[in-house]
Amino acid sequence: MAHESISRTTYFTIFLILLALLVVTVRVADVDLGRFNFLAAMAIASVKAVLIAYYFMHLKTQTQLTRLFAGVGFAWLALLLVLTFADVATRLGG
Amino acid sequence: MHPESRFLAHHFDSLEQQHEAATMGMWLFLATEILFFGGMFTAYGVYRSFYPQAFVAASHHLDVTIGTFNTGVLLTSSLTAALAVHAAQAGRRRAVIGFLVATMLLGATFLGVKGFEYHHKFVESLIPGHGFVFPGPHARHAELFFSLYFVMTAFHALHILIGLGVMAYVIVLTRRGQVTPEHHPSVELTGLYWHFVDIIWVFLFPLLYLIR
Repeated sequence: MAHESISRTTYFTIFLILLALLVVTVRVADVDLGRFNFLAAMAIASVKAVLIAYYFMHLKTQTQLTRLFAGVGFAWLALLLVLTFADVATRLGG
Repeated sequence: MHPESRFLAHHFDSLEQQHEAATMGMWLFLATEILFFGGMFTAYGVYRSFYPQAFVAASHHLDVTIGTFNTGVLLTSSLTAALAVHAAQAGRRRAVIGFLVATMLLGATFLGVKGFEYHHKFVESLIPGHGFVFPGPHARHAELFFSLYFVMTAFHALHILIGLGVMAYVIVLTRRGQVTPEHHPSVELTGLYWHFVDIIWVFLFPLLYLIR
């Protein structure tokens, strides 16, 4: 492809970070943090997803237009989640 | 004549434009996939907020060790898929095939482990329906958790299965010489699809296995 490529060293580094985050998320789940357990798990999963999308899926080297197409998918998901849970959280009194 | 022009479709000005269109089209498809799984994640979130204790109790019937292992397998398969694209950019065709085969073996391992887990649920009577048996006061809502568990993991497994088929086809294309440093959208787009399926699992794993 026309855009510059990402080096193998980068791929291996990202892979090791992903494995480390997997260990962290399993360990954190065993510590009782109340409702922060859920937030921590989702935060770690989001970081992993961003690393995969940015490096493995080459968003790092794509054109702005392609990045927009990728971002829009997640933006609509955010709409779905935010509006649904705004409703669920307020309608039923938590 | 440009050596790569045999790959250029007549409605594009250049290979570069053609590749960008292909990549954008793939991301557009993935956007529909995000919302396909997004609906299930939303349903999961709503019911989990309704019945938190039942979801915790039901989640304890999943094996965290097996789930962690399978997550590691899928992350590794994403690395090999990325390396396959890297090899395609360098024009190393044998390496492309090698990394695709490795990715397929890891994907098959994931499915095998998943099948083992499903079998275990069957033995434990945790398949939603007539035979569902769950001790304690949360049986009905635990059944809901397992309905979501099976629907979400089965659709995810179906995506893995489709990925295996697509990769087998890309291996054939590579052997036929359809993959060159300048033109390898088959490898690149298969990689995008595979990483997407990996991202879905990255969220499924903590949501299903790690509720305490």
